[in-house]
Amino acid sequence: MIVELGHYALVLALLVALVQASVPLVGAARREPAWMGVAVPASLLFLALILIAFLALMRAYIVSDFSVANVADNSHVLKPLLYKIAGVWGNHEGSLVLWVLMLAIFGAAVAMFGRNLPATLKARVLSVQAMIASGFLLFTLFASNPFARFDPAPAAGGDLNPLLQDPGLAFHPPLLYLGYVGFSMTFSFAVAALIEGRIDAAWARWVRPWTLAAWTALTAGIGLGSWWAYYELGWGGWWYWDPVENASFMPWLLGTALLHSALVAEKRDALKSWTVLLAILTFAMSLIGTFLVRSGILTSVHAFATDPTRGLFILLLLVIAIGGALALYAWRAPTLGAGGVFRPVSREGALLLNNLLLVTAAATVFLGTFYPLFLDALGLGTVSVGPPYYIATFVPLMLPLLLAMGVGPLLAWKRGDLAGALSRLVIAGVCALIAGIAVWWWKSDGPFMAGIGIALAVWIAGATLVEFFGRIGFGRITPRDTLMRLVHLPRGTFGMTLAHLGMAIAIVGMTGSSAWKEEHIAILEPGGSIAAGGYDYRLDAVTRIEGPNYWAYRAQISLLDGDEVVALLMPEKRFYRVQRMPTTEAAIRTTGLADLYAVLGDPNGEGGWTVRIYHEPLVPWIWGGLMIMVAGGLVSLTDRRLRVGAPASVRRVAEAG
Amino acid sequence: MRRLLYILPLAVFGIIAAYFVAGLDPARDPSAVPSALIDRPAPSFTLDPLDPARPLVVSDDLRGEIVLVNFFASWCVPCRVEHPLLQQLAQEQNLPIYGIVYKDQPDAIRRWLHDLGNPYAMVAVDPDSRTAIDFGVYGVPETYVIDRESRIRFRFAGPLDPMTIDEILLPLLAELRE
Repeated sequence: MIVELGHYALVLALLVALVQASVPLVGAARREPAWMGVAVPASLLFLALILIAFLALMRAYIVSDFSVANVADNSHVLKPLLYKIAGVWGNHEGSLVLWVLMLAIFGAAVAMFGRNLPATLKARVLSVQAMIASGFLLFTLFASNPFARFDPAPAAGGDLNPLLQDPGLAFHPPLLYLGYVGFSMTFSFAVAALIEGRIDAAWARWVRPWTLAAWTALTAGIGLGSWWAYYELGWGGWWYWDPVENASFMPWLLGTALLHSALVAEKRDALKSWTVLLAILTFAMSLIGTFLVRSGILTSVHAFATDPTRGLFILLLLVIAIGGALALYAWRAPTLGAGGVFRPVSREGALLLNNLLLVTAAATVFLGTFYPLFLDALGLGTVSVGPPYYIATFVPLMLPLLLAMGVGPLLAWKRGDLAGALSRLVIAGVCALIAGIAVWWWKSDGPFMAGIGIALAVWIAGATLVEFFGRIGFGRITPRDTLMRLVHLPRGTFGMTLAHLGMAIAIVGMTGSSAWKEEHIAILEPGGSIAAGGYDYRLDAVTRIEGPNYWAYRAQISLLDGDEVVALLMPEKRFYRVQRMPTTEAAIRTTGLADLYAVLGDPNGEGGWTVRIYHEPLVPWIWGGLMIMVAGGLVSLTDRRLRVGAPASVRRVAEAG
Repeated sequence: MRRLLYILPLAVFGIIAAYFVAGLDPARDPSAVPSALIDRPAPSFTLDPLDPARPLVVSDDLRGEIVLVNFFASWCVPCRVEHPLLQQLAQEQNLPIYGIVYKDQPDAIRRWLHDLGNPYAMVAVDPDSRTAIDFGVYGVPETYVIDRESRIRFRFAGPLDPMTIDEILLPLLAELRE
C-alpha cells in the first residue's frame, strides 16, 4: 500500500512538474504575475511529493519488502541498517529518485529564499528547473520504475554489491548528486537569462552561491569516492582515471572554471556570455557523466544495447536539454553584450587564463574517457587509453594553471601590474625554488617531476599567504588595524585563501604518493615479515571471523619500528555470502606524513598467506587538502554578500543600518 | 563571423551526439576491424624481454610458427577481462602468445602477471611504442594472428571474447595448421 502511495506520488509529481514547467514560463512572457506566481507553490508541492516517494522507497528497504523488485534485487534481511538505507541509492532506479529529490530541494530553496529575485527571472528559473525534473521523472516512471512489484515475492533478496557496503560509499553518491544537481541550478539560471535576454551583475551574484554550493559538494563527493577507492579496492591507488571517476571530475573542472568566471561576471560585468556557456556545459557534463557511465556505454557497449529504450531515452533527454540550451545560446547570446573591457594582464585576464586551461583540461579528460566510444562507433573496436595518456596531456596543462594561480589574486581588476605582483612574490618564488631543489637533492633517485610538484605547491601556498597578509596589511600598519581588517575581511576572501591553500596541500600529497610510493608483496607464514618504508611488518596470525552477512579471514600484522611494536594492523579478506563475492579490507595506519597500508591476499594452501604492503608517503595530505578546500567553500558560502543576494537589497540594508 | 562562434558549441555537441547515436546501434559489429596489414608481412622488431635473463625478442624468431601477438598493459581494464581467455587459449590450443607491453612500467607488468597468472610464451617491453606504431595499434588490448610465413592473418582490437575465439579465431587456427 505504502509502495503504491510512493508510486502515485511520483506520478503526481510529474504532473506538478509539467504545470510548473509551462505556466510560469508563459506567465513571464505575458507579464502575468498570477501565472508566474504558480512557480512557488508548485515547487514546494513538488518537493513534498518527491519526499513522500523517497520515504516510501526507503521504508520498503528498511522493512525489507521484497515484493518490490528493486528492494529484492539490491537488499537483504541480514544487511546492517545503514546499508539498507544506502541501498536506496546504491542502484540505478533508486539513485534517480535521489537525484530528483535533490532537484526538488534546490528548486524549493530558490522558491523560498529567492524573494528579491526579479519576478520574471525567478519564474523562468523555476520553470527550467521543472523541465529538467519532468525529463528525469518521465525516465524514472517509464524506463526505470523503482516501485515495480515482484510476484511472488522472494524470501531473502539479492543483497547490495559488497564493495558498496561501506560507510565511505554510503555517503558518496548523495554528495556527488548534490554537486551535479547544484549545477542544474546554474544551468536553469543560464537558460532563464538567455530567455530573458539580459545578464547583469545581480544575475551573476545569484548564480555564484549555487555554483559554490555545487562545487563544494562535488569536491567532497569526489574526495570521498577517491578515499573509498583507496582503502576499499586494496590496490593502494587513489585515482585510476576510470570512466566513473572522470565522469565526476569533468563537471568539477568546468565547475571550478565557472566559479571563477562568475566572479568576473559579478565584479566586472564581463565574460557574461562565456559564463552562461560554462554553466550550460558544466551541467551537460554532469548529465553525460551520470547517464552514460550508468548506462554502461563505456564499460560494456553490449550492456547498453540490451536495453535500447533506456539508452534512447537517455540520449533524447541529453539532446533536448543540452542541444536545446546550446541552440538557445547560439540564438540569444550575441545579444547579451560584451560588458567591461580589460587588459590581458589583469585579474580578469588571469581568471580567463584559468578558464581556458581548465576547459582544455576538461576537454582532454573528455576525449580520453570517450575515446573508446568514438573508436567503437567508427567500427574500430573498444580499446582504452590509460594513465599514460592523462599524464601526457592533463599534467602539462596543470603546470601553467598552478603557476598562474599564485599570481592571479595579486593582480588588480581591469589593469594589473605584473611586475609589481611578481616583486611581491619574490619570497614565495625563492621558497619554491629552495623546496624544489631540496626535494631533488634529497630524493635524487626519485622522478624529476617530484621536485617540480613540491615547488609548485610551495609556490601556491606562499603566494596565497603573501596575498592574504598583504590584504590585512600585516607588518605595514599597526597590529590593531591589522586585526580590524582581519575581522572585517569578507568571508569569501577567507574561502578563497583556504581553498587555494587546500589545493597546495593536496598537490604535495599527490606528488608524494605518485613519486615515492613503495609496494612490497610476499608470501608470509606466521612469524615472517616484510620491510617497507623503514618499518617491519610481521604477520602474527590469521583467524577466521564471522560478520553479519559475511565471514572473513583476519590477519594480525605487527608494525615494528626497530624492535618496538608501534601498532597492530588487522586487514581482512571478506566473503559475502549472498553475492558470493570476496572483498579486501585494507588496514591503514597513518602517521600524518605517510600511510602504512597492509592487504591480506590468498592463502597458498601450505600455511602461507600473500601479504601486500604499501608505503604511501603523503597520501593523508590529499584528504587533508581536499577537506580544507571543502571548508573554504563552506566558509565562502556564509559570506554575507551571497545571502543578501542582489545589489539592490544591499543598498536597502545599508540605508536601514 | 562572430555569430558563427556562438553556433560552434551547438555544432560540436551535434557531432558528439551523433557518436552517441552510433554507439546505440545494436546492429553494429565492433569486432569488424579492417587492417591495412592483413595478409602482409608482420612488421619486424627487436625488443627487450621483460625477464632480463631471457634473450632479445626478435620478429625473425616468429618465422615457422603460428603465434598470437597481444598488446596489453596493467592499467588497462579490458585487458584484465581478456586475461583468463588468453590463459585458456595458451593451455588448450598449445598456442604461443607473445605479449608486448604497451606504455607501462616493467614492475607493474611483473606484479600483474604474478597476481593474475602468465599466459605468455614471451613478454617484451616496447618502451617508445615503436612496435605498437608499426603494427598500427589503436589502444590496448589488441591481438594479431601471425602465420608460419610471418604474415598477419587476423587482427582484433579490444578484448577477445568467447564468441570471437570460437567463431573466428579457432577456425582460422585450424586452417593455418593444415
